[in-house]
Amino acid sequence: MGARYFGAAVKRLEDPKLITGRGQYLDDIAMPGVLHVAVVRSPHAHALINAIDASMARDHAGVVAVLTADDLGDIARKPMPMMAPAPMVKTPLTQSPLAHGSVHYVGEAVALVVAESRAVAEDAAAMVMVDYDPQPAMVDLAHALKDGAALANKALQSNLAGTLKGGFGDVAGVFAKAAHVFKETLSLHRGGCHAMECRGVMARPDPSGNRIDIWSSTQSPYMVRRALALCLGMDEASVRVTAPDVGGGFGPKAVVYAEDYAIPMAARHLGRPLKWVEDRGEHFVATTQQRDQLWELEVAADAQGRMLGVRGHCLHDNGAYLPYGVVLPVTSMSSFPGPYALEALEISLDVIYTNMVPNTPVRGAGRPNTCFVLERLADRVARELGLPREEVRRRSFVQANQFPYETGMKARDGSPVSYDSGDYVQCLDLAVAKFGSDFKARQDKARAEGRYIGMGIASYVEDTGLAPYEGATIRVQPNGKVLLLTGAAAQGQGHKTVFAQIAADQLGITPQDITVEAGDTSLFPLGIGTIASRVAVTGGSSVHMAAVETRAKAIKVASQVLEAQEADLVLEGGFVKVSGTDRQVSLGQLALMLHGNFGQPLPAGIAPGLSATAFYEARQTTFANGTNLCEVEVDIETGAVKILRYVVAHDCGTLINPMLVDGQIRGGVVHGIGNALFERMIYDENGQPQTTNYGEYLLPLATEMPRIEIVHMESPSPRNPIGVKGAGEGGTIPAAACVISAIEDALSPFNVHLASHPVSPQDLVQLVDQG
Amino acid sequence: MKASAFAYHDPKTMQELNNLLGSLDNIRILAGGQSLMPMLNMRYAFPDHVIDINHIADLSGVAMTPAGLRIGAMTRQRIVREHPLVLEHAPVLAEALHWVGHVQTRSRGTIGGSLCHLDPAAEQPCIAALYDAVLHVSGPRGARDVAMRDWVLSYMTPNLEPDEALLGLTLPVWSGMQGHRVGHGFHEFARRHGDYAIVAAAALVSLDAAGVVRRASIALAGVDVRPVRLEAAEQALVGKGLDQSLIAEVSAMAASIEMMEDAHITPAYRGRLAQTMTKRALTDALNRATGGRNV
Amino acid sequence: MSELDQAQTTRHIRVTVNGVHYERDVLTRTHLGDFLRQDLGLTGTHLGCEHGVCGACTIILDGQPIRSCLMLAVQADGAVIRTIEGLAQADGTLHPVQEAFWDKHGLQCGFCTPGMVTTLAAVLEADPTMDEVAIREAISGNICRCTGYETIVDAALQAASRMRGDH
Repeated sequence: MGARYFGAAVKRLEDPKLITGRGQYLDDIAMPGVLHVAVVRSPHAHALINAIDASMARDHAGVVAVLTADDLGDIARKPMPMMAPAPMVKTPLTQSPLAHGSVHYVGEAVALVVAESRAVAEDAAAMVMVDYDPQPAMVDLAHALKDGAALANKALQSNLAGTLKGGFGDVAGVFAKAAHVFKETLSLHRGGCHAMECRGVMARPDPSGNRIDIWSSTQSPYMVRRALALCLGMDEASVRVTAPDVGGGFGPKAVVYAEDYAIPMAARHLGRPLKWVEDRGEHFVATTQQRDQLWELEVAADAQGRMLGVRGHCLHDNGAYLPYGVVLPVTSMSSFPGPYALEALEISLDVIYTNMVPNTPVRGAGRPNTCFVLERLADRVARELGLPREEVRRRSFVQANQFPYETGMKARDGSPVSYDSGDYVQCLDLAVAKFGSDFKARQDKARAEGRYIGMGIASYVEDTGLAPYEGATIRVQPNGKVLLLTGAAAQGQGHKTVFAQIAADQLGITPQDITVEAGDTSLFPLGIGTIASRVAVTGGSSVHMAAVETRAKAIKVASQVLEAQEADLVLEGGFVKVSGTDRQVSLGQLALMLHGNFGQPLPAGIAPGLSATAFYEARQTTFANGTNLCEVEVDIETGAVKILRYVVAHDCGTLINPMLVDGQIRGGVVHGIGNALFERMIYDENGQPQTTNYGEYLLPLATEMPRIEIVHMESPSPRNPIGVKGAGEGGTIPAAACVISAIEDALSPFNVHLASHPVSPQDLVQLVDQG
Repeated sequence: MKASAFAYHDPKTMQELNNLLGSLDNIRILAGGQSLMPMLNMRYAFPDHVIDINHIADLSGVAMTPAGLRIGAMTRQRIVREHPLVLEHAPVLAEALHWVGHVQTRSRGTIGGSLCHLDPAAEQPCIAALYDAVLHVSGPRGARDVAMRDWVLSYMTPNLEPDEALLGLTLPVWSGMQGHRVGHGFHEFARRHGDYAIVAAAALVSLDAAGVVRRASIALAGVDVRPVRLEAAEQALVGKGLDQSLIAEVSAMAASIEMMEDAHITPAYRGRLAQTMTKRALTDALNRATGGRNV
Repeated sequence: MSELDQAQTTRHIRVTVNGVHYERDVLTRTHLGDFLRQDLGLTGTHLGCEHGVCGACTIILDGQPIRSCLMLAVQADGAVIRTIEGLAQADGTLHPVQEAFWDKHGLQCGFCTPGMVTTLAAVLEADPTMDEVAIREAISGNICRCTGYETIVDAALQAASRMRGDH
């Protein structure tokens, strides 16, 4: 068996349906008798609720019900469980499905209006009279822990949710002996996910009340099932959750939201199917996002510019609640030391409650943040010592002969974090070679002409393949086609194609012979979710394992049918063949045999069905890495930044489908460019969101984005059977840092130092004028 | 996000429109819909009556008249941008429309809609100011003409009584006198292609055979509630030979006019953009008037 | 607001969509995107923002690409409309733009795709000589969060070449 499809740029199985408009996204699914829901949301960042008067709304023509927390009872008043444990948070706060007594961010769900149409529901939502008692809002992160700061939640004594601490080595000693110590004050903002499809939930209760079917535009249908079964007091088997076609996720759709609870509750309460489709205005205020981190850091370096140690502190805005525990700030912490072989590290990170929508991972999660601060430190060392920036990295990187490399950090279970494979210097050299060596000469010439171009660099390491597992079932059908079932849902990544490629190679069939069903809790028993660049590793490995097992069974049975040695059998073209002869049996015939018939026992020692189920458990993280270089031109008269070139050197282990990996990289880089130059979710001092439409909040458009040149290297992971590492976020992680590095380089004649992103053209003009 | 309920009217004649405008309250006019529909969908506006004027005959079209290039209010931006008469007689308008929105919005958006919506950074009002356009208004009391200088009463408020409507505008085009050449330029600074400008500058210059400026017009959008003509700069150009150094001197005047304030853009930066866009627009105008001989 | 006259809140319209004639009563406040999706069951056209920026709702109306969320359904009376569902031929042959999107990995989640494909079909049918700069400007009114646009541009260039009859 050769690898015919694994590693090939196979056209996607998902596409024929999607390019002809036959996708089935949440709002496309036909549901007879469905009623439509509009959500009444808090207009205040922090307020007590004295009373809710829904009488006028209830009387409005076309309205079926208006439901508050009190109408739905304790299940709607109880705070939702945190999705991940956070033992260091003494008072973890989560939202209740509908607000009860108080609200803590603009957009928090207060009541549901159920009506014959969404338009009528919105009409009635405006008639729901909520008597709020506004409270001071905590919005200013820098002042959150100072005396007199407003409390984001009156249940607490302070705005500090908890402090994360991480590090290793003799920090004091390393800093005391270092030839150089430099200090940086840095800040950054990430923004919202802005999947082009907003969220949505549809629930259809069974008339008996014992079952409920739920559709959610979610990255984690199994988490939704678990949460709802718990909360509604039902068996998980009675709660079916399906992720239909999902129009992008990028992290926030992995959270289980108030609406994921409230809509099913309301559907059961009314005994009617209900649908809520988030509109874009709601997405801005009610879907999680990532906002600000404020960092104070010092780097210690030796006389040759090798980085020895980093220490510092971060203030992290986590929003009004912790639906996702502290996963987000943990990803910032755990991304240290990046690709650098530091001798010492000491980081503390304060997780702060504020009166804004909660922060949970957005593509890259806290990793772009840590990459940004580490890369700013590396650039600082280079500038101070007069060294090329890529040279500081070469000297400071974990070297190729140090793998597997224990960084000094500890994983969540206390085991040492160990980078499995890679050659960071070679990867950087690949990027540099692709970028070319004439940049300095061109930069000097441009400056002589009054033009300002700059080169940026950023390197990263990414933990991928997050535990615990994903699983797959492969089942050959009597017609020879294969059904592949998995829990690992997709939001555009092309999982079906990738899984089919893996299975096709093992079974000697084509990917088009395989139908993949994913993201439906009734079709596959267990799953975790599509986040954190984990599915190629966990889902892909589980598919491989199930396919290997299915193949072995086919060979075993075929050896009896064909009376041949197993070693003489090959799988090809849908058949099991005896090598060198014309004796063969189709996979379909074997499957039919193993389906059995009246009164005929199956072959001895063979279980029914030509199928196998496997779970791949990720017991050790696998680490991808890369270096990005880019070239920008800054117009100093306007501050406009144009990205002239963008080069990615990328190592995510073995590539299952290079075309799809490149797609993930390009999309990820553009998201990071957006973070560098355009995206800021602005709140005013009262916690009122200011950027709530696409005229005010700027996403990257085709006219401003560069072509992205990609060069791959493959350092296979030794930690899974197919050698893959995750690829979903490696584009985003370094991109903002790379662009900022380039702008600073372009403006170095003006002594401009960039310590934050996003930067606006106005910011750059002001910096140039001051320089 | 669904619009609130309203009564929909689709008059077929100006008479019907005037009657509706005179008898109803809390009205919005639906022309191209590219500005009104977002406001309705987002419930930023909740009119009792939406009057769709897309069915009224004779409100669109481009024609040359003795007074200049007449463009009907309902002419789609796509049509204006590609129209041979516009390309020949007022090419700066076509150039400005390159920057207006996107292909989908220009399919429906109208020049009249932009002139009535009056976003301070809008390109089409800027061109109207550049030409000292005459706007043609109709109402129950008859027709009247309004000079572009008098068109913007205040922030996003045109010189229209509640029962009046804009029929169209006339741009008095710059015909080259014997031996004179007209050059145009338009530059805007926006964060992304198609966004409203932060600041835009439009320029027309007429040069005689010796390269001396005989007539100049410079209009800025995005610096005030109305497009601003840089009259002092225009006067400083007339009678002089146009070159880069004069352009630089005159553009600096753009930085020192009084700038509107908002929460995001400082007056100093807005002034910088005004200066830079003016310089670039004048440079293009010079190049076009001289066939690119003076760079 | 007082009670509204029936004729002002509901209208009877006739439209041709993908070659099929429809007659329907519509609420006057319903936008064209919702009419196509809900009244006609043509859910291929998507709503990403409903305020006229993202372009996911783009359809071709009387030959021009427009944002269906920015038009009232009642305004489409008498119009001839093509949506994503109508770009392929009756025998299933894909439009060159659709084919190219599949070849070039021009889509990931697929949500912006109907608007992208429809916009490109309209502009390339009008001018198949467009270069990369013109193509990027043509799709500047369509937001994609997944692809970073490059493969969409590649797909458009391939489609343009085919539509010019290059070999």
